[in-house]
Amino acid sequence: MKRTYADLHLHIDLKDSEKVLRMITKASKLGYRLIAIPYPASVTEEEIQTLQNTCREANIDHASRVDLKPRTPKELIHYLRRLRRKFEIVSVVCETKEVARQAAKDRRVDLLRFPSFDFRRRYFDRAEAELAHKSVAFLEIDIKPLLTLEGPTRIRLLSSLRRETATAQEFGVPIVLSSGISDEILMRKPKELAALASLFGLDEASAIETISRNPLTIVKRNREKLSPKFVAPGIRIVREGKDC
Amino acid sequence: MKRAKRRYIALGIDANATPSSKELMDAIWTTITKLYGEYGASLTNLTLIDYNPEKRVAVIRTSRAAVNIVRTALTLITTIADNEVAVHVLTVSGTIKALYKKLKQ
Repeated sequence: MKRTYADLHLHIDLKDSEKVLRMITKASKLGYRLIAIPYPASVTEEEIQTLQNTCREANIDHASRVDLKPRTPKELIHYLRRLRRKFEIVSVVCETKEVARQAAKDRRVDLLRFPSFDFRRRYFDRAEAELAHKSVAFLEIDIKPLLTLEGPTRIRLLSSLRRETATAQEFGVPIVLSSGISDEILMRKPKELAALASLFGLDEASAIETISRNPLTIVKRNREKLSPKFVAPGIRIVREGKDC
Repeated sequence: MKRAKRRYIALGIDANATPSSKELMDAIWTTITKLYGEYGASLTNLTLIDYNPEKRVAVIRTSRAAVNIVRTALTLITTIADNEVAVHVLTVSGTIKALYKKLKQ
């Protein structure tokens, strides 16, 4: 069976509709079947629908995503309460240790992200991994910095990623590999993204999972939860009416 | 002596300006050396077999054990001669005949 590949982080400026169309078409051409573009929290249903239609024309599935950047755990909880049911994917950029811990233990968070350039603020340690494992959160790794950085900064990033990947694997935290790309020229094929994962210690089979099964699991799980027929995990409405 | 096993890789070059074959190979070697060092680069036995600047397709040969090294390095190439590029692996094959057959498909 042919694998379905996903890129859950295409960082496109939604105001530039031509570029959006070009990048969606290119993603489809490169072999992706599912993409997610982060929306601002204030986005309307119509705007999401418009982009969904564009993706459908390019023969590619689309998942709505929001990137939260809270400064305190309280702010994170507030955002989650307000936005969780509006988006299919919720990602949290953990810039402080307190936010990282809260995000890792909150079951409403799908993806944990850490700043690529500030190595002291990459808080994905053993404690974080244990919390993330319990709440079924995924660790998201963006590939863009590996393409754009050079020299000592890239070496340090690779070193951090290798340590975090090993921790994630030890505690059973699934990893999602995304591009985080905002330029067409930096877009890569799914297997090329997977090849880059070998630089931080992921074997070929695990690397392929990070761009196919893992992202699809998140989207499938959340679509089920957001469906009006969902009651509780494992329970959903099959039929309604007098004859039930 | 055991026969060295090789792989042929067809590359598609996505760029605004077409690089020359020398510029392309220089970029590949530079990236491999930066990432894996001179020792790693020496394991690849990399050779340019064919290059069609009009179609922007190149064929390179490498040792089978180094395919992943080469694939990773190719992914990291972002510029050739100051022009932005992306080098995509189109197909990989054990013989050059099968490679061209796959490319035609």
